[in-house]
Amino acid sequence: MNTEFIGVIFIYMATIILAIPLGKYIAKVFKGEKTWFDFIGPLERFIFRFSGIDPKREMNWKQHLKALLTINCLWLFYAFFCLLFQNHLPLNPDGNPNQTPDLAFNTAVSFVTNTNLQDYSGETGATYYTQLFVFAFLHFVSAATGFAAMMVVFKGMKEKTTDKLGNFWDFFVKSITRLFLPLSIILAIILAFNGTPTSYKGKATFISLQGDTVHVSRGPAAAMIAIKQLGTNGGGWYGANSAHPLENPNYLTNILENISIILIPIAIVFALGYYLNKKKLAWVIFGVMTVGYLIMVIPSIIAETGGNPAIAHLGVNQPAGSMEGKEVRFGPAASALWGVSTTVTSNGSVNAMHDSMMPVSGIAQLFDMMINAFYGGVGVGYLNFYIFIIIAVFISGLMVGRTPEFFGRKIEAREMKIASLIALLHPFLILVFTAVASYLLAHYPNINWAEKPSAWLNNPSFHGFSEMLYQFTSCSANNGSGYEGLADNSIFWNAAGGIVMFIARFMPIIGPVAIAGILANKKYIPESAGTLKTDTTTFGVMIFAVIIIVAALSFFPALTLGPIAEHFSLK
Amino acid sequence: MKTYILPSIKITIILLVIVSGLYPLAIAGIGKLAPGHGDGVTVEYKGRVVGFANVGQKFTKDQYFWSRPSAVDYNAAGSGGSNKGPTNPDYLHKDVQGRIDTFLKHNPTVKKEQIPAELVTASGSGLDPDLSPAGAKVQAARVAKARGLSEEQVLALVDSHTEKPLLGLFGPEKVNVLKLNIALDEIKK
Repeated sequence: MNTEFIGVIFIYMATIILAIPLGKYIAKVFKGEKTWFDFIGPLERFIFRFSGIDPKREMNWKQHLKALLTINCLWLFYAFFCLLFQNHLPLNPDGNPNQTPDLAFNTAVSFVTNTNLQDYSGETGATYYTQLFVFAFLHFVSAATGFAAMMVVFKGMKEKTTDKLGNFWDFFVKSITRLFLPLSIILAIILAFNGTPTSYKGKATFISLQGDTVHVSRGPAAAMIAIKQLGTNGGGWYGANSAHPLENPNYLTNILENISIILIPIAIVFALGYYLNKKKLAWVIFGVMTVGYLIMVIPSIIAETGGNPAIAHLGVNQPAGSMEGKEVRFGPAASALWGVSTTVTSNGSVNAMHDSMMPVSGIAQLFDMMINAFYGGVGVGYLNFYIFIIIAVFISGLMVGRTPEFFGRKIEAREMKIASLIALLHPFLILVFTAVASYLLAHYPNINWAEKPSAWLNNPSFHGFSEMLYQFTSCSANNGSGYEGLADNSIFWNAAGGIVMFIARFMPIIGPVAIAGILANKKYIPESAGTLKTDTTTFGVMIFAVIIIVAALSFFPALTLGPIAEHFSLK
Repeated sequence: MKTYILPSIKITIILLVIVSGLYPLAIAGIGKLAPGHGDGVTVEYKGRVVGFANVGQKFTKDQYFWSRPSAVDYNAAGSGGSNKGPTNPDYLHKDVQGRIDTFLKHNPTVKKEQIPAELVTASGSGLDPDLSPAGAKVQAARVAKARGLSEEQVLALVDSHTEKPLLGLFGPEKVNVLKLNIALDEIKK
């Protein structure tokens, strides 16, 4: 078997092998059990003392959400003003300019919401200050926000009839000090030793062998790249993200960066099993997610390694596969694996340009983001999956004619209303905004704007439509990858994208936390013979069916107009 | 809300110090020990820095192995791909076809079906430092002729510069174009 296939199989297997013990570790940390990482305790106590926080004070679900939303609003203003005046702040050796207000709005929302859609390019659109003190900072804290919200739901499932669901600040800080920061340090050091820059020096200049003058952008990149992979953030140091040879220098770093994308999202599933002492449930959830992942990743690898039929038609040889937008050191197989890994998890970093990938990969990547729960983002992936579980429990309950119960609590009208609204919000945002953009493009292509709609697209026909669909899907999934041919640094795309990212981040956090809080407060009904078992294969199939039906019914028409049509037009 | 504002501000400040201040500084300190001391790994020839080992550069002369096409013309201060879709007619019939024609003109002994696609498609970063062994070998006849070397000698040089997959198991084989071209220049002496 060729080394490219062995490479991708190794990446996936290694991730699972690392995720199981990591999940156990996460569960131990948040159950308050002893771990070998307890030496970090004094640092945490210092953080709490400095901030005037009592991490032992229990909060109910509303207090959790108030704390979460308050601090996120604060970061939004902080990020917006830093970007607006970055030229006047320190650490700008390359003299990069301030961001325009619309770009600063989009970028601030994008990083606060863990999306990391980048309408700017790292080399010219940001400074070392904003890269570290805005982007890397938000990489940590936005991941920790999602993680803390997820812990509230975990806690709500664990406790019997209570409104005490732990302390937000405790979850938030511990996820940074005991999970994200230690793993980031390891990854950053490995990156540094493989050639990723770490120093604060500005651009280097040299004269190439052939005599051209070349400037090379550098900076303290390794530290930021590590957390952007681990926190399912995806906002890279360089414009080309992890396709850039300094951001992802070789196949070893590619293995580690790809593992980092899906490691914590998978570990969280196992953490749930250990935390609730329901290992079978964890395996059922893991099974459903993995089936979904493999259904996407296998066709994508086949399509990319098979090459582009249109290029074959021109008469050249495609020994490796489709190479447009890809790097020789990774090859098409590892690029396809990354493409699916990054879209199932709301990461959004890329090691190849998605815009140039085959339509089959486009279908896979779009569908991943439309479902947004096969592994999913740090914390929020599980929150999305939780909504699907609630819907599946409800439908199953109706099918057998019983009041639906989940973990000993009745699921009633109020919870179902919230779950349905959240499940419908995602297709609503994607389809309505894509429709508006398409309408503008079709009817007002030359409207008197700085960036006319007729200049938006980099590709004609079905693929052009896919560029717009991908952009809003990525925004609504808080993913951040893009069909980068789209002229997205313009007022329409900056504003529309920012609005979608904001709504699509906070509603799906508020919904599941509210459901978990309401359920935790209900009377506990002990399990009986009549209880629907949620840790069985049958229920796994049921969840899978619910996910596919909700997503397929919502999105199939849009996918047909884009990548599916493009696939059938390929000769 | 008010009870949360003050702790929010304070915790933001302390976390900024830790994750944005101390953490990158610590990595920069450790990076000093790494190859290139954290400034990027450079390559020297005749006592002069001629490039970064990992950053591809433009080669257009016949006596050098060409790098892959780049959407940003090897601008290492503004990376990016072409973002052309696989069915875009302009891309296929102008960009790719144009590169095929140019390549055939400069490499008259090569047949079209011998050209690996990587030589007529742009890389993701626009800074791809590598070629596959096939992508280098198909240029060997041209390079040999331009330098007055034998083709066998040039092919042997490609073989000796081919980097095997990681541990012999994972990922594709590749050739670093800059290092290969420096080796060519060294022969000339």
